[in-house]
Parts: sequence; structure tokens; C-alpha cells
Amino acid sequence: MAAISREEVAHLARLSRLAVTEEELDTFAGQLDVILQSVAQVGEVAAADIPPTSHSVPLTNVLREDVVTPCLTPQEALSGAPDAEEQRFRVPRILDEDVAS
Amino acid sequence: MTTTLPAYDEVVARYEPVIGLETHVELGTNTKMWCGCPTDFGGEPNTRVCPVCLGLPGSLPVANKAAIEATIRIGLALNCSIAEWCRFARKNYFYPDMPKNFQISQYDEPLCVDGHLDVEVNGETVRIGIERVHLEEDTGKTLHVGGATGRIHGATESLVDYNRAGIPLVEIVTKPIPGTGALAPEVARAYVTELRDVIRSLGVSDVRMEEGSLRCDVNTSLNLPGEEWGTRTETKNVNSLRSVERAVRSEMLRQASVLDAGGSITQETRHFHEDTGDTTPGRSKETATDYRYFPEPDLVPLAPDTAWVAELKAALPELPRLRRKRIQQEWGLSDLDMQSVVNAGAVELIEATVAAGATPAAARKWWLGELSRRANETGVELADVGVSPRHVAELQGLVDGGKLNDKLARIVLEGVIGGEGSPAEIMTNRGLEVVSDTGALTAAVDEAIAANPDVADKVRSGKVAAAGALVGAVMKTTRGQADAKTVRELILERLGVQG
Repeated sequence: MAAISREEVAHLARLSRLAVTEEELDTFAGQLDVILQSVAQVGEVAAADIPPTSHSVPLTNVLREDVVTPCLTPQEALSGAPDAEEQRFRVPRILDEDVAS
Repeated sequence: MTTTLPAYDEVVARYEPVIGLETHVELGTNTKMWCGCPTDFGGEPNTRVCPVCLGLPGSLPVANKAAIEATIRIGLALNCSIAEWCRFARKNYFYPDMPKNFQISQYDEPLCVDGHLDVEVNGETVRIGIERVHLEEDTGKTLHVGGATGRIHGATESLVDYNRAGIPLVEIVTKPIPGTGALAPEVARAYVTELRDVIRSLGVSDVRMEEGSLRCDVNTSLNLPGEEWGTRTETKNVNSLRSVERAVRSEMLRQASVLDAGGSITQETRHFHEDTGDTTPGRSKETATDYRYFPEPDLVPLAPDTAWVAELKAALPELPRLRRKRIQQEWGLSDLDMQSVVNAGAVELIEATVAAGATPAAARKWWLGELSRRANETGVELADVGVSPRHVAELQGLVDGGKLNDKLARIVLEGVIGGEGSPAEIMTNRGLEVVSDTGALTAAVDEAIAANPDVADKVRSGKVAAAGALVGAVMKTTRGQADAKTVRELILERLGVQG
């Protein structure tokens, strides 16, 4: 059985705002399936005493002091923006009111 | 909609409310959460941004130590356990208020968990459970343009300013609060008030609701006695303490009317409207939100060591509840008097006024009397009435020194509120000082006696009470700027009568 279905790939593409064609769905579903099965093999050999790892470096508490550093100028900040107006990034209208926080 | 809402008393007689509060506090650090951009309020758009908070490729976040400390201190003040090890999480969503297309937050490993905050409601202590306190980053500000109203609906485009993006934001979530019955709205308000005071006492945020540095979402549900908790709604856009109370009450009434009509409550986000006191539904979500949280790969885990946490705990200031108890004793107030001071939001103001030299009684008199009246009239918080504790202490000093009487003091206070300067300056500039020059006063007294021979005779014959008319006449010629007691003594002296 496949580790990921074509429908799941379509769902992920939607969540990621990726426009994926029907043809690409078949391709990616196949490729992702290979990747997931390979990872599953690693999972099989990992013993109970090996905790899941989210970070490859054994570091904690990398913090910085609360000291102001120079910012970009608004011109620099907006230089890569597709569009700007009133010193702000200009984006197409948004209808989805879901905001974080 | 014109459905008639049931009476509140009936609603709480039939249903039991469960409330919950989610509060966001913007920390007052110098710099943002993940970069060294300053956090000061009100800069020109996109002047406090850098590659990190703009999410430019190749940039990496580094956590702000002061923000971590502030969050741990909030957690400790709320009696939470501090995680020995936790990670930040990436919350993926697509909205241009975050240029990265994700927000760095915390998910299943919050920094602080399982605490409580005791609040006083109607003389009773209610213990509010704290589920979690976690740290995340604030979003940018979007300006919707092209629509008729500047609101999101009908807008043709949005303009984004990222100055606020990345400012440290602490989220404090209560456990569900059942069992408060008819008091649910007051409990909600008391909790947010107490939380605000606790955070303010820690000095980690200015916690001003009107400026958005403290924001609150209110969860409300109703159930029949003995049955399971009902479906809850989440009310956003609650921007004042009074609104917290109103939002809970209005949502209780609305849900009761839906349930009474045999309907069911939809789990949804609703928006509170300050003007009407009602809530309206937000856009319904077609699909359940899936933020695809995963451990933030650009940040290493956080492991606050025990010694650090102990040090932060030892350095916590006296918390508001204990401070109030101490102050009540020091000021010799009854429970009722103390409650009125607390309800008026005057504890800190009176304390500061006393520190500036006034007696507790005098400080309390000004803040609970004249200044509370002004605050109510103009609909502002007492602290924003335009008079500082220092002003009040100075004013009282002038009264105590005999330079102002009560009436003149109130006129001077008007001047302070009007921004004319300090009480002493206003008194001098406006010539409001009590006439203490005995020469001038004696002349006014003699004038009054000469103008009212009948009254003077009555007083001479022993009817001392009649002197009131002469005092009135003197006060009139001195335009109220004489001390009535001194005037009276002078009159009696001139007429050769013992007071």
C-alpha cells in the first residue's frame, strides 16, 4: 500500500498554495511515496532508546541580548517587492480573514 | 436581525456558562523577538524591518533573551511550571501580515504550563486556572484600500507595514472556567484586569488595551445543568475591560436565544462591536484550519536551567493582590473602601500620590471623588484623565498650605486637565491664590460690615450665626479667593464677638 495517497498530495498542495496539475499529482505522489517508504525503513531500525530528533545540532539556549541593531531603509526593504505604495508592500486583496496569533 | 433576546436573569437561571480567555500581550522589549529591530510604537511604515523580520532568504532568527525572561516571569507570576525543555514551532499560513508565510510560535511545548490566578469578584476569590503561557511573534499591519469603507470586504488591494511583525507576543490561555453562573461576565473582566495588573507590575509590557499591547479573545458556551459543556464560540476584537464583560454577556444572551428556539451553536469566530455591544459571525471556514505545525528548524530548543528560573522567581516584585492587602492595612481602609479603590482602578494612582507626598486620605479623596467623576463623564480610564499623581500631591500641598481652598483647588484641577501646567503654575498664572493678605481681607471685611449694618448689629448682640451673611459678602468681593474660616474669624474679631 502506498504511504501517501494522491488525494493527500492534492490536499498538501492546496495547503501550500501550489498549483499542481493532474499529471504532476501522479508524479509527486509516486516520488513522495518513495521518500516516505525510505524514511519508514529508518524508523524501523531506530531503537526505543533513540529519541525523535528535530535538530541535528545538540545545542540549546542560543539567545541574543536585547540590543537594537540597524534596520534596512524603507527603500531597501521595498526594493524586492513586486509592488509598493505609500511606503508599504502592496498585495492583491485578501478575502480570507484567517490571521495568526 | 430583530430576534428578541431573553432576559439575562432567565438565561442564567436555565443555563450554565463556561468561559475561557485567550490574551495576547506585546512585550515591551527594546528589540523584536528574532532580530535587533526596535519595537517602538508609531514609526513611519517599514522603517523597523530587516532581512530577518521580512523573512528574506538566508536570514536566520535568534531568540531575544529579554523576551524569554519576560515570558518566564509572567509564567512564574501566574504560578505556572516552567518547561525544562521546549521548542518553538512553525505555524504555516498564507496571509500577507507575515512575510515569511509562517509565524514562529509554540505549539505542544509551551514555555509555561498549568498555573492559576486568583481574582476577587464581589468579595469572593475565584481561582482561574492557567492552561499555558507561550511566546510567539506579532504580525504586520495591513491596510485595506480600494473598498468603500476601508474594511477587508470590497477592498481591491492591501498595503502592508511590517514594523510590528516580529515583536514578541505572549499568549496566555486560561483553562475552561465553569461554575461562575450569573457572574461569568464579571469574572471575565476581573481576570483580564488582574492579569493586566500582574503584567504591569512585572514591568514587561505597558499592557494598554486601547493601543493593542493587550488583546483579548473570549470563549463562551452554555449548557443545561448536569449536561455536557456546550459548543463554544470565540469572540475577537474585544478592546477594553468593559468590552470583555459586555462580550461575554451578549454572547450568553445570543446563544440562549438560539438554544431556546431549538437551534444549535456553531463553533465559530465572532467579532465584537464596541458601538452596539453585539457580536457578529466572522467568515465561516470552509475547511478546518490546518497550520501544519512542526518544530522550528531555524531555532534550537530552549532549556531554561533551574538556577536561572529560581533567580527570576526570587526577583519577582510584590504582586498586585498581596500589594493591595498590604496597602489596605497601611491606609487603614475597610474591605468596602478598598474595593471601591480597586474598582475605580485607583490603587496605583493613590499609591503614587502618597509617594509624592499626599496623605492616603487626601489622595483617595481626589482620585475617588473629583477625578473619578471626570473620568466617568468623559468615558476614559482614571489614569488617562489628564492629571498625574504628582499633580494631585502638589494640589493637596497647596490646599494644606492654605493657598487654595476646596473650590479654588477644583478650578486649578480643571486647568491641569486642560493642559495649562502644574497646579502651582496655574494658581499663579490665573491669580487663584487664597487672599491671605490680612490688609486686603480686613478692608473687604470692613466694607461688608459697613454695607450690612443690620446684620452687623445682630452679630454684635450675640447672634453669631448671622455672621454667615457677612462671610458670604466677603467671599463675593474676593471672588471666592478667601479662606472662609479666616474671614469668619476676622469678622467676629472686628465686631468684638467671641467665636
